[in-house]
Amino acid sequence: MEPEEHGDIVVLTADEVANHGAHATGMPQLDPTIWPNLIFWLVVSFALLYFILSRVALPRLGAILAERQDAISNDLEMAALLRRRAEEAEAAYDKALADAREEANRIAEATRAEMNEELKALMAKAEAEIAARSAESEARIKEIRDGAAQSIEEVARDTAITIVEMLMPSLADRAAVDAAVERQLRG
Amino acid sequence: MATAGPETEPGGLNIHPMDQFLLQPLFGEELHWFTPTNGTLWMLLTVAAASLLMVAGTRGRALVPSRSQSAAEMTYGFIRKMVEDVTGRAGAKYFPYIMTIFLFILFANVLALIPTSFSPTSHIAVTATLGIGVFLTVTAIGFIRHGIGFLRLFWVSEAPTLALRVVLFFIELISYFIRPVSHSVRLFGAMAAGHAVVKVFAGFAGALGLAAILPIGAIVAMYALELLVAVIQAYIFTILTCVYLNDALHPGH
Repeated sequence: MEPEEHGDIVVLTADEVANHGAHATGMPQLDPTIWPNLIFWLVVSFALLYFILSRVALPRLGAILAERQDAISNDLEMAALLRRRAEEAEAAYDKALADAREEANRIAEATRAEMNEELKALMAKAEAEIAARSAESEARIKEIRDGAAQSIEEVARDTAITIVEMLMPSLADRAAVDAAVERQLRG
Repeated sequence: MATAGPETEPGGLNIHPMDQFLLQPLFGEELHWFTPTNGTLWMLLTVAAASLLMVAGTRGRALVPSRSQSAAEMTYGFIRKMVEDVTGRAGAKYFPYIMTIFLFILFANVLALIPTSFSPTSHIAVTATLGIGVFLTVTAIGFIRHGIGFLRLFWVSEAPTLALRVVLFFIELISYFIRPVSHSVRLFGAMAAGHAVVKVFAGFAGALGLAAILPIGAIVAMYALELLVAVIQAYIFTILTCVYLNDALHPGH
């Protein structure tokens, strides 16, 4: 559409105003005829934004921030709990270790005592046996010695009577010879 | 919006810094109060961008946030802390309202930096509606929570004489009614002026040929400043809302 000429005034249709741009005279802001339109659309868009924010965005953001706060404090609590558990576990371990050591000492002590006891018993038994055997041996040695002494007496008596009979058979008196040998041996 | 049309004279100085503030219907020709306009488009884009950050960005609901979720969380925490610091626990109820004000102004301001966009916050009708909305809300909260006792806000009981108290009462009353004016004009002025200045430099750039490098450099610097202004103005509007809300929640000096 071409601008219509009315004398020296160029009249533009609203279409051309939109397409090619009209020039404002003064401040367009102060033209009261545009105010209702601006105010109406401002109220509409402001109400729309208020609705979106108060119904959707702000509750969601509040929930997100609260959730994060909760998560952080939960994590801190959990960390403290785990730390406490670790300390407890360490204490329990130390206690178990000490108990085990004590138990080991006790067992070693008991074993040692038992072994001493047994050893003592064995020693006593062995000593008793040794004593019995040596007593027996002494008895036999005594017997053998006694036997040997008697044999010497007999040999001496026999030898003496034989010699006497060979030298002077008349004097061969058995009782006298025995007495004489007895005297010599005891002498 | 002032793209070079067939009716602009070639060469010469074509500076139309106010054209960007024109409100134009998106379809058809007539402008009624309900007609969708470029203002409608950019206000709805503002809502869409804010929702994208706050809703789509937090879709994951992750314990360890993504980048967009982190940005949404920081914005939430920033405004939440501001509301609690300024108004105490009693203000927490009005946090969604404050958050809407902040996000709407912030995104409107920042999106307005896109070339050829329309800036809703550079219109006094928009900022005044926001400012008067805060004024009415806060005043209503004050009277609902404290009844007639809300008027203690204007009664300076530390003043030594009764006459002085009466004088101060009127001064306080006037300053209270000035609040929505300064509240809204501050935002409107900062945004409209910045955008107009950028457009003036752009007009120089069109006319200067090779020397255009100078105004283009100035535009780059202005853009950095405008980004700062966009964020700071949103912050100021929001914190002043908190201060006014605090007066309504805890009147008296």
